Amino acid sequence: MSSDQTPPAVNDVSTQEARMGEGTDDRFNSTLREAFGSTPFILTKFDQFMNWVRGSSMFMLQFGIACCSIEMISTYAIKHDLDRFGAGIPRASPRQADVIVIPGTIVSKFAPRMKRVYDQMPEPKFVISMGSCTISGGPFQEGYNVVKGAEEIIPVDIHVPGCPPRPEALVYGVAKLQERIANGESSPVTVKPYELEQFGDLNQDELVQHLADEIDEDELVMRYNWEDSP
Amino acid sequence: MSIEKPSSPTEIGVTDDGLDYDALAELLGGHVLDRESHVNAEGFVIRPDEVQEVLSTLKTEAGFDHCACVTAQEYDDRYESIYHLRKYDDPTQELSIVVPSPKDDPHNQSAARVYDTADWHEREAYDLVGIDYDDHPDLRRILLPDTWQGHPLSQDYDQSQPQIVTLRENANPLQEDRRSEDDPDTMFVNIGPHHPATHGVLHVKTVLDGEQVADIDPDIGYLHRCEEQMCEHGTYRHQIMPYPDRWDYSGAGIINEWAYARAAEDLVGIDVPEYAQVIRTMSAELCRITGHMLALGTFALDVFGDFTAVFQYAFRDREVVQSILEDLTGQRLMFNYLRLGGVAWDLPEPREEFFEKTRDFLDDLPYKLEEYHDLITGNEIFQMRCVDTGILTPEQAKAHGATGPVARASGVDYDLRRDDPYGYYDELDWNVVTESGCDNFSRVLVRMREVEESARIIEQCVDLLEQWPEDDREIQANVPRTLRPDPDKEIYRAVEGAKGELGIYIRSDGTDKPARFKIRSPCFSNLQTLPELAQGEYIPDMVASLGSLDIILGEVDR
Repeated sequence: MSSDQTPPAVNDVSTQEARMGEGTDDRFNSTLREAFGSTPFILTKFDQFMNWVRGSSMFMLQFGIACCSIEMISTYAIKHDLDRFGAGIPRASPRQADVIVIPGTIVSKFAPRMKRVYDQMPEPKFVISMGSCTISGGPFQEGYNVVKGAEEIIPVDIHVPGCPPRPEALVYGVAKLQERIANGESSPVTVKPYELEQFGDLNQDELVQHLADEIDEDELVMRYNWEDSP
Repeated sequence: MSIEKPSSPTEIGVTDDGLDYDALAELLGGHVLDRESHVNAEGFVIRPDEVQEVLSTLKTEAGFDHCACVTAQEYDDRYESIYHLRKYDDPTQELSIVVPSPKDDPHNQSAARVYDTADWHEREAYDLVGIDYDDHPDLRRILLPDTWQGHPLSQDYDQSQPQIVTLRENANPLQEDRRSEDDPDTMFVNIGPHHPATHGVLHVKTVLDGEQVADIDPDIGYLHRCEEQMCEHGTYRHQIMPYPDRWDYSGAGIINEWAYARAAEDLVGIDVPEYAQVIRTMSAELCRITGHMLALGTFALDVFGDFTAVFQYAFRDREVVQSILEDLTGQRLMFNYLRLGGVAWDLPEPREEFFEKTRDFLDDLPYKLEEYHDLITGNEIFQMRCVDTGILTPEQAKAHGATGPVARASGVDYDLRRDDPYGYYDELDWNVVTESGCDNFSRVLVRMREVEESARIIEQCVDLLEQWPEDDREIQANVPRTLRPDPDKEIYRAVEGAKGELGIYIRSDGTDKPARFKIRSPCFSNLQTLPELAQGEYIPDMVASLGSLDIILGEVDR
C-alpha cells in the first residue's frame, strides 16, 4: 500500500476498502483476497486451503460412453468452454484425473470396466453422473442388459439430470461440485456396496453352480441381481 | 437431372416395372418351398440346409450382391431367419429369403460363406434370439457377455434371473505376452473399451507384431442397451419415436427418426403431406451436416492428436447447426421431431428469422469448408497419414455390406436418397458424392463434399418453404390415434443415414406394438470392414482407419 493515500478513518469503510484506498490498481483486489479477507496474510487451515485449490483445478477424465458424451464434448469445446471454470481439458489417462463424468447408459458388459477405470483414479476422486441413464437407467431402464444407474457400481457426487443434459446443465453441475469440494465435502455415502466380489464369495445359487466349471475362481466377477435393482 | 443413375445390364427377373419374382423362383426351382408377400418385397421360404446354395445362386446369377440385413425371430411354432437381399446397383430390387428352423432345436446353415457381412449378423441372431448357424466360422456371442444365460429376445427368456459378468478380457496383457507358439514375437494389446481413439466404448483386441497389426478383432456390445426390445415394448404412434434419436447420437437424430417413420408409414399406408416432406428433408440434411462435422472433428483429433484447431472449429460449426435445429425442434440433440404422418410442428415464428439464420449458416459454409480444406486435406502431414492407408476395395466393401460414405469412398455408387427415393429428394437438384481412392483420405473427402451437397439441398428446401402458400402448410396427415397394422405384415425399409443404409424391419401381430423390431445399423456393417483395413498396417494407421469409418457405438450395439 502506498503512503500517499488518504488516511482510512471513516467508519463505514471496510478494512479492505480502507487498505485499498482510492485509485488503487484493481489487480490487488484479487479473488484470493476476496476468499481470504483483506489482510496481506493468509491465515487458514491447510486442509481448507487444499480443498479450495482442489475445487479450482479439476482434472477431468476423458471418458465417453453414449449420447451424453456428445454434449459433454460440446461442454469442453468452443462456446461453452468448461476450461473457464477451472475444470479444463480432459486427461486421457485415469491415473492423471480426479473427476470422472459418466456420460451415458451403463450396460452389464461395460460396468466392470467402468469400475476398473474408477479404481485406477488416484484419491481424492469425484464422480459426476450425467444424464438420466446414470441416475436410473433412463429410457432404457426396462432393458434386459441395462444397469439401473451408476450408483449400482460406483459412488456418485453430483447427478445432472436430462436426456441429455444441456451443456449449461453440465457446467452448473461441475460448478456445484467445485463448490462442495471447496467447502470440504468429499465423496458421499455409498448407496449400495460396490466392491467387485471374488467369485468364491458369491452365494451358491443355481447360476453359480452352472457356471462354476467355466469360471476361474481367481477371476474377478460382477454379479447382477436384476430382481434387487430398483 | 443429375441424380439419375446409369442403367445396369439386365439380370434375371429384372423388368422395367420392378422385379419379376416368378423368374427368380424359376431360377431357384425346387428350393422354393413357399412364397410370402412382404410389403417391400416377396419372400421365398427355403429349407434350412440349403441356405448357402440358394444365396450363392442369387448372388452370382441374379445379381443380389448386397445382404442388407439378417433378421431372426421366434414364432410360437418355429424360429425364422430372414435374409434381406438387395442390389448395390438398384436397391429397389429386393428379395427376402425366409429360413424357418424347428422350435426344439433351432439351427440352419450359415450364409457367412456367401456374404461376409452375414458373419456378424448371424452372431447377433445367435446371441439375442438363439438360432444356431451351422458352418459359421466363429459363432459366439457378440453383444452380450460370454457368460450370459439365455437369449433375451427369445420367448422363454427370464429377465429377472441373475447374471454374472467376468473381467476376463481385462486381464493384464503383458502376462500373456507371447500369444502364439509359432510366432513368439507378437504381443496382445487391448485397445478400449475406454480409450480416446475408439470413439466410445469399442474394444479392439489386437495382436501386434512389432508396430504392425497382425490380427485384429473388434469386440462390441459395451453399449448394447436393448433398443430393439425397447421398440417392441412401445406403441407405434408415439412411444417408439424417441428411441431412434439415441441410435446414431452424433446429431443425426432426425434421419434415424425418418427410418422408423418411413417403415411404419409404409407398413400402415400413411401418406405424408408434401410440405412436411420438405421440412423433413431440410432437417434431415441439417442433421447430416452435424453428424459429418463430428466425424471430421474427431478424425482430426485422432490423426493430429490435439484438442485444438480442427476439432474446435468443427464443434463451432456444429453449434450453429444445433442452434438452428433447436429453434426448429426445441432440442439440441434428441429431437423427437418427426411424427408418423408428418412432423411435430411447423417452422418457428417468425419464419423470416429462421430462414435468415439458416441462410446465414449456408452463406458462411463455403468459407468454413475452405478453411477445413486448408487445415486438413491440404495439410501435408495429414496427407501422409491418410493417403493410401486403410485401403478398402469396392469388392470388400460390398462383401461386408458397407454403405454410406465408407462405400462411396470406395467407388460404390450407392445412395438410397437417389436410388430408393423418399421424402423430397427426387424433386431437388443434388449429386451423389463418390471417390475412388478407397483410402482414409477418400472417406474424409467424401464426408466433406457431402456437407456441400447437404447445404445445396437445404438451400433449395428453404427456398421452397419460403414460397409455400400459407393456406397449404399441412404438417401432419390424418393418422388414427392407435395404429394396429394387419397381423403378420412384414416390412423392411431403409433410409440413407449419416453413416449409410439405416433399415428397419417390422413385423406386426395385429396389436398396437410391433412383434419384432429389427434395426439394420450401417455402423454395424461398416465396422466389420476394420480387419480388412487394418491388418498388416501400422497401429497408428489402424487408429486412423477406425476414425475414418466414423462409427457411433450407440448404433453399432443398439
